[in-house]
Amino acid sequence: MTPSAATSSIEDLASCHDCGFVVTLAGGAHHAATHCPRCRAAVHRRKPDSLNRTWALVITAAMLYIPANLFPVMTVISLGKAQADTILSGAIYLLVHGMWPLALIVFFASVVVPLLKLFALTFLLISVQKGSRWRPVERTKLYHVVEAVGRWSMTDIYVVTILVALVSLGNLATIEAGVGAIYFAGVVVATMLAAESFDPRLIWDRARESNG
Amino acid sequence: MFKFSATTPSSADLAIPPGWLTLCHACDLPSRVGDVPAGGTARCPRCGSVLYRRVRDSLDRTLALALAGLFLFAAANAFPFLALKMQGNVTHTTLSTGVRALYEQGTPIVASLVLLTTIVAPLLQISSLIFVLAPLRLGRRLPGQARVFRLLRRIQPWSMMEVFILGILVSLVKLLDMAQIVPGIALWSFVLLIPVLAAASSSLDAEWVWRRIGLAQ
Ligand SMILES: [Zn+2]
Ligand SMILES: [Zn+2]
Repeated sequence: MTPSAATSSIEDLASCHDCGFVVTLAGGAHHAATHCPRCRAAVHRRKPDSLNRTWALVITAAMLYIPANLFPVMTVISLGKAQADTILSGAIYLLVHGMWPLALIVFFASVVVPLLKLFALTFLLISVQKGSRWRPVERTKLYHVVEAVGRWSMTDIYVVTILVALVSLGNLATIEAGVGAIYFAGVVVATMLAAESFDPRLIWDRARESNG
Repeated sequence: MFKFSATTPSSADLAIPPGWLTLCHACDLPSRVGDVPAGGTARCPRCGSVLYRRVRDSLDRTLALALAGLFLFAAANAFPFLALKMQGNVTHTTLSTGVRALYEQGTPIVASLVLLTTIVAPLLQISSLIFVLAPLRLGRRLPGQARVFRLLRRIQPWSMMEVFILGILVSLVKLLDMAQIVPGIALWSFVLLIPVLAAASSSLDAEWVWRRIGLAQ
């Protein structure tokens, strides 16, 4: 049951990102590509241009994060009064109404998760570029966490959708989606794509190279 | 191991022969996966990531869950999931009316994202599982199975039904002061769909499937 390390020459092997098939690459160049004999996907030793793509997406997400939190994600118009809700004020609303377990979940999903993803990915990118040998196992686990929690940031987008749909037909109150929702959707998509384009194997490459 | 011939092959007979080579997807360490018992997991000795997970009766179980999922998905979209009573007016909402309302309000980007993550991706996830697994269960192969199975892996991160349920919960709380909320049939379908989809994706043995539908070995 416990897998043991194979003795074949490590540098020539690459696994298909789509199906996991192990392919022997000729040449051994870092980005040498071929097609997987099992599923026909392009096989790369590492995700192509991983660091640049991930940086671009992280920076995009960070820039979108500011308007996403400044502008309202929705506006409730009730009896002639308009009340705008931002991501943060939406979480505070739940807290004020005594729904603290739900408030905590919403605060975590929409405020903590995007920031955690941005900081964690930035940290991983810098550590890889500096050729860090520091705790590769923990950094790999951090990457798995970033990959897994990102989707929960969609909660706020769904809340806006549901409220808009339910209340738009009422005569006395209307709920409108705000521009903040567009920026926030951008943050969620950009951070998800950033996590997808980062290649955790780079953590180990640099650690190995530094080992000599 | 190689004695099956005339009888219908069960998934136990066709277990992956131990000793196959794999590379860790997270750290690239080559490992040979040994005899993993049903329900067992093989992990990378260097970084601890999962290399392979063997599920008992993976094919039957995953296919049954996918079929149940298709039924629940249809119900979840055909019926309203919430009704709102306010000053004598009743508004029914289905998933697609929510998406449409967002389009009409001039936020098509957000509407497309909601459409993708709650309707398109879950439907593709369920139907591609059935398309790949049903022929295998009947001992057949269809052209395009490998292509569809690759699509499944790409689409899965964008299927977010479980997050959508949290969104419904938050919305309900926010509307408590404003109106009376009546849960619809679709809401229960959504609630059931989440564990069904989660179980379907965790019971799928992708390596086992690839060994049957792959173009070459
Ligand atoms: Zn492949
Ligand atoms: Zn590993």
